[in-house]
Amino acid sequence: MSAKDTYRTPLSRVRSLGAAHSGTMHFWHQRLTSVALIPLSIAFICIVIALLGRDHAWTLQILASPLITIIMLLFIGTTIYHMWLGMQVIIEDYVHDELPKIMLLMGNTFFCVTVALACVYAVLQISFRV
Amino acid sequence: MAEIKVPARPLSPHLQIYRPMLTMMMSIVHRITGAGLYFGMLILAWWLIAAASGPNAYAKFQWFMETLIGRLVLVGFTWALIHHMLGGIRHLIWDTGRGFGPVEREWLTLATLIGSIGLTILVCVFGYLTLGGVQ
Repeated sequence: MSAKDTYRTPLSRVRSLGAAHSGTMHFWHQRLTSVALIPLSIAFICIVIALLGRDHAWTLQILASPLITIIMLLFIGTTIYHMWLGMQVIIEDYVHDELPKIMLLMGNTFFCVTVALACVYAVLQISFRV
Repeated sequence: MAEIKVPARPLSPHLQIYRPMLTMMMSIVHRITGAGLYFGMLILAWWLIAAASGPNAYAKFQWFMETLIGRLVLVGFTWALIHHMLGGIRHLIWDTGRGFGPVEREWLTLATLIGSIGLTILVCVFGYLTLGGVQ
């Protein structure tokens, strides 16, 4: 079939995505972040164990050290992106009506951006102040 | 007229009488732990904001975490994180096309469950021991 026999635009054919709207980037980023989160989650658990029951001054001291700050920022950023992707899949699987689906997808983004910003701001404030 | 013979074919799965299998239970548990961790990140945010805010805010957070509910939330978050991580590793193995045999998939699924419970107990015991060392 030549291009003249179809209603599809040349751009649509070049993208070759059809009705799916998007390619494998979502799947790939979910895997990419999951691999990164294996060492980052283990490091995070170790940090939490080291700070269990410690007082405020000690906690600030540990959290403000450059290595811990970098690990925390990597953990927060990767986790939030990973859970943003994951919650999107859950919403798309269970919510089929267009309006509630779009509202929940928007809510997912608002939640993730807010939590990420709050965590990153707090970590940086601790790190730069001490 | 020839008699029509119906061969004994397996019935297609019927959702309401489908026997629950470990792989399908762990599949939904992976999703539930993921959703739990999603909202559990609010506690991480609370912890970090409290630490950044000052000793009073941090004392409030510590008070909550020392209550029974706080302890249960911490243990639950730990288990969910470890279980989701081990389940994720299982999915990464499956992504390579390996481990789909009837024996391997059951073994892998059971290993994530036993591994997550075992590691959570280990982390809690270790956390409690270091906690005991401070107080």
